[in-house]
Amino acid sequence: MSESQLLRFSTAGSVDDGKSTLIGRLLFEAKGVYEDQMASLQKSSINRSTGPIDFSLLTDGLRAEREQGITIDVAYRYFATPKRKFIIADTPGHEQYTRNMATGASTADLAIVLIDARKGVLPQSRRHAYIASLLGIPYIAVAVNKMDLVEFSETVFDQIQKDFSAYAEQIGLKNLAFFPISALDGDNIVERSARTPWFKGTPLLEHLESVPVAEDRNFTELRFPVQYVIRPNLDFRGFAGQLASGVLKPGDEVMSLPAGRVTRVKELPTFDGPLKEAFPPMSITVVLEDEIDLSRGDMLVDPNHVPHVSRRFAAKLVWMLDEAGGPNRTYLLKHATQTVPCEIRRIRHRVDINTLENVQAEKLELNEIAAVVMETRRPLYFDAYSKNRAMGAFILIDPISNLTVAAGMIEESTPESVEPLQLRNLEFVGEANESATGTQLTNAERFARAGHYPATVWLTARRAVAYLLERRLFDLGCQVHVLADDSESHLLPELSRVLSNAGLIAICSIASPDPGERDRAAGFAAANRFLEVPAKELPARDDDAVEVIIKRLEDLGVLRRKDRFERGEGI
Amino acid sequence: MDSRTLSHLRALEAESIHIMREVVAEFAKPVMLYSIGKDSSVMVRLAQKAFFPGKLPFPLLHVDTTYKFQEMIEFRDQFAKDLGAELIVHTNQKAIDEGANPFKLGTSKCCALLKTRALLDALEAGGYDAAFGGARRDEEKSRAKERVFSFRDKFGQWDPKSQRPELWSLYNSKVEKGESIRVFPLSNWTEMDVWAYIELENIPIVPLYYAKEREMVVRGNQLIPLEHNMPLNPGEKPQMIMSRMRSLGCTYCTGGIASDADTMPKIINELVQFRRSERENRIIDHDQEGSMEIKKREGYF
Repeated sequence: MSESQLLRFSTAGSVDDGKSTLIGRLLFEAKGVYEDQMASLQKSSINRSTGPIDFSLLTDGLRAEREQGITIDVAYRYFATPKRKFIIADTPGHEQYTRNMATGASTADLAIVLIDARKGVLPQSRRHAYIASLLGIPYIAVAVNKMDLVEFSETVFDQIQKDFSAYAEQIGLKNLAFFPISALDGDNIVERSARTPWFKGTPLLEHLESVPVAEDRNFTELRFPVQYVIRPNLDFRGFAGQLASGVLKPGDEVMSLPAGRVTRVKELPTFDGPLKEAFPPMSITVVLEDEIDLSRGDMLVDPNHVPHVSRRFAAKLVWMLDEAGGPNRTYLLKHATQTVPCEIRRIRHRVDINTLENVQAEKLELNEIAAVVMETRRPLYFDAYSKNRAMGAFILIDPISNLTVAAGMIEESTPESVEPLQLRNLEFVGEANESATGTQLTNAERFARAGHYPATVWLTARRAVAYLLERRLFDLGCQVHVLADDSESHLLPELSRVLSNAGLIAICSIASPDPGERDRAAGFAAANRFLEVPAKELPARDDDAVEVIIKRLEDLGVLRRKDRFERGEGI
Repeated sequence: MDSRTLSHLRALEAESIHIMREVVAEFAKPVMLYSIGKDSSVMVRLAQKAFFPGKLPFPLLHVDTTYKFQEMIEFRDQFAKDLGAELIVHTNQKAIDEGANPFKLGTSKCCALLKTRALLDALEAGGYDAAFGGARRDEEKSRAKERVFSFRDKFGQWDPKSQRPELWSLYNSKVEKGESIRVFPLSNWTEMDVWAYIELENIPIVPLYYAKEREMVVRGNQLIPLEHNMPLNPGEKPQMIMSRMRSLGCTYCTGGIASDADTMPKIINELVQFRRSERENRIIDHDQEGSMEIKKREGYF
């Protein structure tokens, strides 16, 4: 029991779809409904049921809901089978409840989209699917319900499967599974139904028990937003938080944001003894080797995979307040453990959820979805929502009423994509050592002038690749210089340091590798700005090899490709 | 199971710890409501984990109606002492002095005075802007719709129709002076999760949860423990019954269940077999349809 996994799924639909009946059925089959609750249903003074038991009364918890016979708010339900514990976010499906659907979808690993077999794919099913895709739910189970009313027709089922799949492809939904069910009679819920001999799939519950959980977890790029500093005495300083992505072990190198300091993890202490390894979604405490300045809202990241750092970014918003909102107003933006004042800089367009068309809009009304450009007072450290849910999600709060007004998802884009000519407005974070030399220039200013971060590329590949890379980077607008070890001899590390300090990308082309020199150069470079590319990792064609290196510079966060955005990708 | 997948209990634990840290980071003066029951015991353990190696960065508050079981009070005092936590006990002494008791007022009014009023007074007196409670969404229908961060106005009231949307684990903690947030770190736990965690973590609980021979009165479907000079109805006779409490409240309002589960594995096994919900024996919930929602609107936890 204590070793079972947790799966969160959302459902949406109205009473007519049989959504409540389906949930009631799942709870009932898994013995998640108790006898006294059943008895309470039967004695309920406003029972709308015509049959013996109306499962929907289990899920409509508020008086107003029972009185009006509608579901108003998200309700959370729980049941368990020997394999898994399930949390259902049960959301109403009417158009005006987009906000509730989005709320339920935000934490879901899977969504059940209900379709009435008699009616086929209705706008409501499409809305639910769109929100599931917007909120990045990894798995979709399409329950074609009321199959008993269409005589368990394979043709009907196939047609719905075909229609829905076409729509899913249009909006980029993946991992679909279809189930011909009757929630009322229990067909294909727990056991395969004898009434659908043509159906080759598993029953719905079995699917829920076996679909991979937390499929979107990311174990490679460390993101640890500092939530709280635990300081019980002068000898202990622990940074508490929930690991958003990546794996953390004692001895691991980490970089702090915004300071850019690199240090190592000393220990991961817990109430139950120190951890050997932490992974998401664990709530942990990190003790670092060096005393560095770090507080709530800051972040520890993988020095080799830094997140985007910017005050401006593109995002999708779901508006959740009765009162309209839009540009020229200040909101509070909460992202990870940071809350900063912000503005919606402009609304690029609104998305009509029924037609998927982009519509011009000046403001946002309740339940509307829009693509916007956000601008925050202080930089955020983020990833695109599609890559990392925890690092791409935010909420907007009205500072006057304190209400949550919108949910936001950061898009795969950067300020260049938003306004390509304003590259100079990029927000760069300075390094910790910039005051040491007496220079009046900050690193952030240098980076902004260059339009990219400095880096040292250590290439033990063909020399032609080095010069072709220089050409390509130059064409992309970078400041770049090749250092070759035959002409510059053993001073390569020192020279690369000078170039790097000046904000350039130094390409060190190495004909005769020397581990000592490599280590010196790596030591000089800021830890996340040293890229070593052994010859054996590169494709044979020089052009291809250069593409690989550029891609890795992008992954490091050194570079953002303007040309990609000019081609209209990513937005 | 994949070595980098948390079991459901550890996933719930991680979520609860995150919630607690968020509260302590964002509020000026949090407090933890401590009811002595099993859920409170779990909540306190999670808090110990959240702030390890530090102590709990907030006091525990017990609203004592004076109608609790004696075993609960003894457990409470020892528990707080062992923990080294600050324990605040608050009683609506004025109402008690004026003779408030469940036998005279009935359970609804008694609860309003000795629990809800007392709680609101204690929160106001302490100037707390956030209060943790151990309520779970699986307990009762209206609780299924409550947020983890549940906003309360200046009068401590809950408005179920205008709750703030709650997405991801991004909690809105903004309140004005006098307003507050009730926080439910165990929102997503079920009764079974709580017991499984108590067993996994070996968490101390009040002995009333274990079955033994107890002096009870059988009233309708309920087993009512004989404490606090409860008046008997004509024809009622106390009997010794092998029984235990499935949830703990005031003696008069907490029915026991006939059970021989006197160890943790037996309790869990009993629960697996159970076909009746744990609040069935809580008399206050059954006063009228939707009674928990009404009480919550008025400020009850």
